[in-house]
Order: sequence, then structure tokens, then C-alpha cells
Amino acid sequence: MNIEGKVWKFGDNIDTDVIIPARFLNVSDKKIMAANAFSDLRPDFAKGVRSGDVIVGGNNFGCGSSREHAPLAIKEAGISVIIAKSFARIFYRNSFNIGLPILESREAVESADEGDQIYADLVTGEIINRTKDKRFTAKPIPDFMRDVIQAGGLVEYIKKEKQS
Amino acid sequence: MTITEKILAAHAGKDHVKPGDLLQADVDMALANDITAPLAIKVFEEIGRDDVFDREKIALVPDHFVPNKDIPSAHQAKMMREFAGKYGIKNYFEVGQMGVEHVILPEKGLVIPGDLVIGADSHTCTYGALGAFATGVGSTDMGVIMATGKVWLKTPPTIKVIFEGELQPWVCGKDLILYLMGVLGVEGANYCAIEFTGPVIKKLTMDQRMTMANMAIECGAKNGIFEADEITLDYVKERSSRRPVVVKADPDAAYERVVHIDAAKIKPQVAFPHSPDNVRPASEGRDVKLDQVFIGSCTNGRLEDLRIAAGLLKGKSVAKGIRLIVLPGSPLIYKQAIKEGIIDAFLDAGATIGPPSCGPCLGGHLGILADGERCASTSNRNFIGRMGDPRSEVYLVSPAVAAASAVLGRIATPDEI
Repeated sequence: MNIEGKVWKFGDNIDTDVIIPARFLNVSDKKIMAANAFSDLRPDFAKGVRSGDVIVGGNNFGCGSSREHAPLAIKEAGISVIIAKSFARIFYRNSFNIGLPILESREAVESADEGDQIYADLVTGEIINRTKDKRFTAKPIPDFMRDVIQAGGLVEYIKKEKQS
Repeated sequence: MTITEKILAAHAGKDHVKPGDLLQADVDMALANDITAPLAIKVFEEIGRDDVFDREKIALVPDHFVPNKDIPSAHQAKMMREFAGKYGIKNYFEVGQMGVEHVILPEKGLVIPGDLVIGADSHTCTYGALGAFATGVGSTDMGVIMATGKVWLKTPPTIKVIFEGELQPWVCGKDLILYLMGVLGVEGANYCAIEFTGPVIKKLTMDQRMTMANMAIECGAKNGIFEADEITLDYVKERSSRRPVVVKADPDAAYERVVHIDAAKIKPQVAFPHSPDNVRPASEGRDVKLDQVFIGSCTNGRLEDLRIAAGLLKGKSVAKGIRLIVLPGSPLIYKQAIKEGIIDAFLDAGATIGPPSCGPCLGGHLGILADGERCASTSNRNFIGRMGDPRSEVYLVSPAVAAASAVLGRIATPDEI
């Protein structure tokens, strides 16, 4: 699985309240979630984001609440992968469960600027910043998580487990 | 093994586990609220099981946007109510019985020492106060748990935090956990368990322990846990007929870090905007003029919290221009607060009392902030826009500091009134 897209750069400790403020949690419609992603922090995000774009974040991306609306809003907005220095625990888990790819690479984050063109191989963890002409390798993901991704998310994984 | 490792091992059918081990564990109680349950219900239906894994081991608490704040919220609450009815969910709490989920579950005896609790809410870690393993997940995990009763967990390393010394006047569990936030930082315990221990902890009431465990997630922790003792067992025996399993750490248990805190040095604390680890002594907030004070939430909406605040407010008035909003955490707490004259003290001081609900804590309803407004809140998060407009500010404080601040109209310490 390869992706390629333009970087939206964020800082450290991007919390789930700024990813999707609670006033938009009264619905389960993913399109409404996506239309309001980062509305307080980056009002230009929801209109400007294009399918395939990449979010680059700092430390502790997705900290705060357990709202799955946060990764859902990002995925529905068209983001193909989040590359961060580190992720908060529940956000990390939720992203895998809903099939939003995430990669950890401190070096790739530090070299990336807003608007850079990034290529990533989601299986090998290879990241190429085409604008800067630099290559990185993301931290490997646990085998179990890889199985979940290959199944297409936790629901599909459970369905397969039931059949076997 | 540590307390956390032992509880995980027991629920995964293993004699021994170590940090990093991936386990499939049996869930004793699964929890969701009116924000997370609707998505979890969709997942459950997609999996296609005929029934939930155990109708007595699921708790559904509508508390975030309930009593329904608008039409979309009403639809979400309805979806949850119908699901609870269809599958005969025993622990569904309708308006009238409902309160803040993390206040309700311990109060009803639904969590006891040794349990493994998974909730689709990040503050599920509150139940670590009872000597249970408790952590938050998202809605997909919850949908799968409602179907299977099992959860995948990675065994976390444990950070042991030892609180020593005598507490200064007005210093409570909230000040201890805020101070620890300042020491560890918002990702200082990422993916870890925090074990709260030491002579200070042994003397704390259950309400104070719950305040502390509640905010373990604010340092990124998977769970926060206390060893169950006489105080825990006294609390539980009035509420549950199940037999508690008291789990103690082995003398040779391996910890990732041991942090010593000299609690005698800790003064009443305040977390400035916009991060729970932006902590200073409350005495440094005297220039911070306020518009609103909120007393409530899963952090500080319990009886002891209301008692402390009302005790300070008795015979005094809320400063002109300040809105003091009090939401008791549960109907039972509300009723007891009426009996003890706590509600009278709040009303006489000029507070307004709202229904048990999460309310303004997450910017839901019952006290949203306008741009430029400042609120001292007994809740757990002060992120940008958390309680309303992105240009508003939230200061996290204890019930005592909240009460003093309401009287003086600015961040204030209890000894000032």
C-alpha cells in the first residue's frame, strides 16, 4: 500500500478537542465530522484538504478523549496517513481499528514542512520526502496491528476470526 | 508482578505477564456513553452477532449531552435507549437515574477491586481508584467487546509514584494529581500504568482517590491504579455483593520508574490554559479575573467535593458578574447534598444547580463560554475550545480553589476567604 500527498504540518500535543470539538459530536455522520475537522485550530483545513494529503504531527498526536470521531473525521477528510513523532494511546488504537494508517518517525517529521510532497509505503514503513529528497524508515508496527490492517480493520478481523 | 500486571494476567488466563506482552483479556464491565455508544452500536450490528456477550456486564450511561441538548443529541440518546431495550442491557441509566458515568458506576457497585473494566471514554481510568484495571478505548473496540466480551491489550510498564509527607491545609487529591501532571507532563506516562502509593495515599478517601485516578489519562497513561485497602473495602461492601479480589504488587515487582513526591511541599494548584500540565501554585493566579466557575464532572462532582466547596461558600456570596454552576455527579449525591444543606449553601451564595451531567466540561451544554471568557473548573481538561469558544480559557482547580475563586471573582486560594 503506497500513498503520496501534500503535507499539513501540526505541532506537539494535538488533542482530540481541536481535531473535532465536542459541539460536533452530537452526530455519527462522518461527512459532518470531516467538514468540521480542526475547525478551531486550522479553519482552512476542511476546505483545503485533498484526497491523499498527509498530516505530519509532533509528539503525543491525538491526546485527550477516546472519541473515535477524531480519526474518523481525519480519514473521511481524505488524509491518507498521519506521520507523527509519537501518538497518544487511544488515538493510536482507534486509528488502526478504523483503518487510518499512521506511522511514527521523528526524523521524517523534523524534516517536513507545510506543503512538502511525501510518499510512504505503509507496509514497509518507508517514507520519502520528495520535496527535500530525503528517505526515512518509520518505527515498525506490532504484528497483531499488521494483521488487523491486513484484515481491513478490527471489525473485519473479528469476522474472519469467527469464521476460522 | 505489579498490580496492573497481576490483574491482566488473571483475566487472560496466564500465570505471568510482562510489559509488552499482548493479551486477550476477559472484560468484567464494558461502558459507553451517549457520544461513543452510537458508533459502537453500529460496529456491533456490523459484526452481526445475535446477542451481546453478557447483558449484565455492559453499562450504558447517557451523560454527555443528556438531558438532550438538541435534536441530533436526542437522536443519539434514542439510539442508545432502543439498543439497551432490545438487548435487555441491565445497567442502562435513564434520565432520573443517570449521572456522570464515572460517578455512577462505583456508586452502584458495578466496579470492585480486581475487576477489568473497559470503557469507551478516556476517563474510564477513574476505576483504578478501586484497585481495578480500567482503561479507555474507542467505539470500534467497544462494539467488538459488546459482541465478544474480550479485548486485546498490551501489558503496560508501570510507573510507581510515592506520595510522602503531611498535606498542607486545603490540599486534596486534585492538587496532588495536578502537581504530578506538572512533574510528568502530558505524555510523561504514555502507554504506562501509574501506581499511586505512599503514606499520603493510604489516608485519602475514595472520592479523592477517584479524582486522582481520573486524571491518569492526562499524562497519557493507560491506567492509574491504587492498591485496595480497608477504605476501598468499606466503600465496596455497602454497594456490591460480589467478592472483591485485593491485588497487591509483589515486593520484587519491576517498575519502569519510581517517582517520589514530597507532598508536604504541595500548595493548592491551578493548571493554566491550554494544557493540564501547565501547573502553578494557585497563589500565582491572583491576577486572573474570571467569568464563570464550574464545580462538577467525573473529576470533582462527588459528595466530598460538594461538601468542601459548600463549606467555604457558606455565609458568603459569589462575586458580582461571576456565574457559579454546580452539577452534582449523580441523583444520590444530589439528594444527600440537599439533606446536608449543601445545596442551600450553594443557592444562598448565588450559585445555580444543574442536573447530573457532564455539562460544560467538554463544551456540551449548561455553561458554554463566549470568546475571551475565563472559567475556573474542577474538571480535567483545559484544551483550546474545550468549554466553548476557541478564544475562551479554562483553569483547572480543586473544589476548594473553585469556591474561593467564585467568591473573589478571580483565581483565589481558600485561605483568602
